[in-house]
Amino acid sequence: MPTLSSYLILAALLFSIGVIGIFLNRKNVIILLMAIELMLLAVNINLVAFSYYLGNLAGQIFVFFILTVAAAEAAIGLAILVVYFRNRHSINVDDIDELRG
Amino acid sequence: MTDITAHWTLALPEIWVLSMACVTLLADLFFAEKLRDIAAVLTGLTLLGAAVLTFMLMGQRGTAFAGMFIADPFANVINLFSYLAVFLVVIYSGRYLRERGLYRGEVFVLLLFALLGVMIMASGGNLLTIYLGLELLALSQYALVAMYRDSLMATEAGLKYFVLGALASGLLLYGMSLLYGLTGSLDVRDIAAGLVNVTGANLVLVFAMVFITAGIAFKLGAAPFHMWLPDVYQGAPTAITLFLASAPKLGAFALIIRLLVDGSYGVMAVWQQIFIVLAIASLVVGNVIAIAQGNIKRMLAYSTVGHVGFLALGVLAGTLNGLASALFYTVVYVLMSLAGFGMILLLTRADFEAERIDDFKGLARRKPWYAAMMLIIMFSMAGVPPTVGFYAKLAVFQAVIEAGYVWVAVIGVLLAVIGAFYYLRVIKVMYFDAPEDAAPEIARDDVAAAFMSVNSVALLILGILPGPLMAFCIYALQGVI
Repeated sequence: MPTLSSYLILAALLFSIGVIGIFLNRKNVIILLMAIELMLLAVNINLVAFSYYLGNLAGQIFVFFILTVAAAEAAIGLAILVVYFRNRHSINVDDIDELRG
Repeated sequence: MTDITAHWTLALPEIWVLSMACVTLLADLFFAEKLRDIAAVLTGLTLLGAAVLTFMLMGQRGTAFAGMFIADPFANVINLFSYLAVFLVVIYSGRYLRERGLYRGEVFVLLLFALLGVMIMASGGNLLTIYLGLELLALSQYALVAMYRDSLMATEAGLKYFVLGALASGLLLYGMSLLYGLTGSLDVRDIAAGLVNVTGANLVLVFAMVFITAGIAFKLGAAPFHMWLPDVYQGAPTAITLFLASAPKLGAFALIIRLLVDGSYGVMAVWQQIFIVLAIASLVVGNVIAIAQGNIKRMLAYSTVGHVGFLALGVLAGTLNGLASALFYTVVYVLMSLAGFGMILLLTRADFEAERIDDFKGLARRKPWYAAMMLIIMFSMAGVPPTVGFYAKLAVFQAVIEAGYVWVAVIGVLLAVIGAFYYLRVIKVMYFDAPEDAAPEIARDDVAAAFMSVNSVALLILGILPGPLMAFCIYALQGVI
């Protein structure tokens, strides 16, 4: 039986990969969207683990809401990405440089 | 089992705004061709109705939906100012949107949903409601920024805002999950009770507070989490920037009150330290980098970062006076930035964005009253008496000194002086430079100009008589602490 802390470490690792993915990724915006998704799912692991070990269901209900919001967020993100691609003809992260200073 | 629908009437303003947002969406779909203004008019009616409902519920305290929803004077006050902000946004931005083909029902529906998000955050009694309110606001904002589909700048701003906003939500959520693990509850008051036995030495608590504060700092635009703010403010259509700088700041302040004060006041020492860093970093970044900007939207964005620094000073004091002065500062900031971005909107034409500081050259000769209004706005942002900006800064400094952080207040005053430079530069450009030859004639927009006049003069009057507004802010926060 895995302990609570092993779940927390797994979630922390996944979350860190997500954050690092956002900052280190220089290639493709789609990968940014995947990194964001990974962050949210890491939080879900945290919540489910806490919920199970505390014997409290609220955390698992929270997870359902996060999943739903993440879906909505991905939809809006992809929509913005499509609009951006139509203007810029590229989704390369390095090309997102119109605004700076 | 208690009836979870008990006291649902406390949520009437929220229910009204939600219903009316849906009505606006449908009405716009069916009648927009015949009645072009229907969405704007319905939005105005919605705000009016919501204001009436909030006035009727004013002062009531209670919870609804099994503690998920809190009704108290703080929520009422945030709601009222948010209605005012959205109302002014609708008035100021009408002509700008029309000239760019953006005067569509979707803009108004999204504004209403964003407003609903702010209202839910202000009343959130549970991490779940707070998160849902936050996301409702954030998702509406992403869509609003990217609304100007043919503009590369606007869509790029939308993309940046989306990625960094989602990162902020992720950080906040991670902090929330740790808080849940520590206390075993999502309810804000149960969390406060559960944290009684947790000390500042608890590593999980420190992590939870760091992540939650970082998420809030992102949403507020406090340095070092401000990198999205200048790009988004500059890239978004000015009418949308106007909105971004108003009601969402009230929502972010509500986030501070609900998560950090209601939920974690017992462990204030932990988040207070983080706020000192945030405040000083924001003051430095905002006031110093703004000097180098030639684009006035970008300059006002950095000035926002600076203002957030002052606001954070009030929060870090942590006392009733401190939080009331921070709320006062937030409200004043919202009024100032509505006036500031409203002025840019007044000067725009169909093919002219008026977003360079040079576009303000010689405004005093072309339109003396507009220049005078801008003078009041800039003086107020810089904190020159007798404008309200001065009183807001004074109240914040007083609270910080009372709390024993004299050195922080000294840094704040020094940076306020540096900040005055770039506000005064705008005034210099307006009054002492010759107008550019290419400057297009200023459009007639009597309604917006009239409201702008009231807004700017209010900055002056509130500065001379700040008492009632301050009393209102203290009234809002009395029950919270």
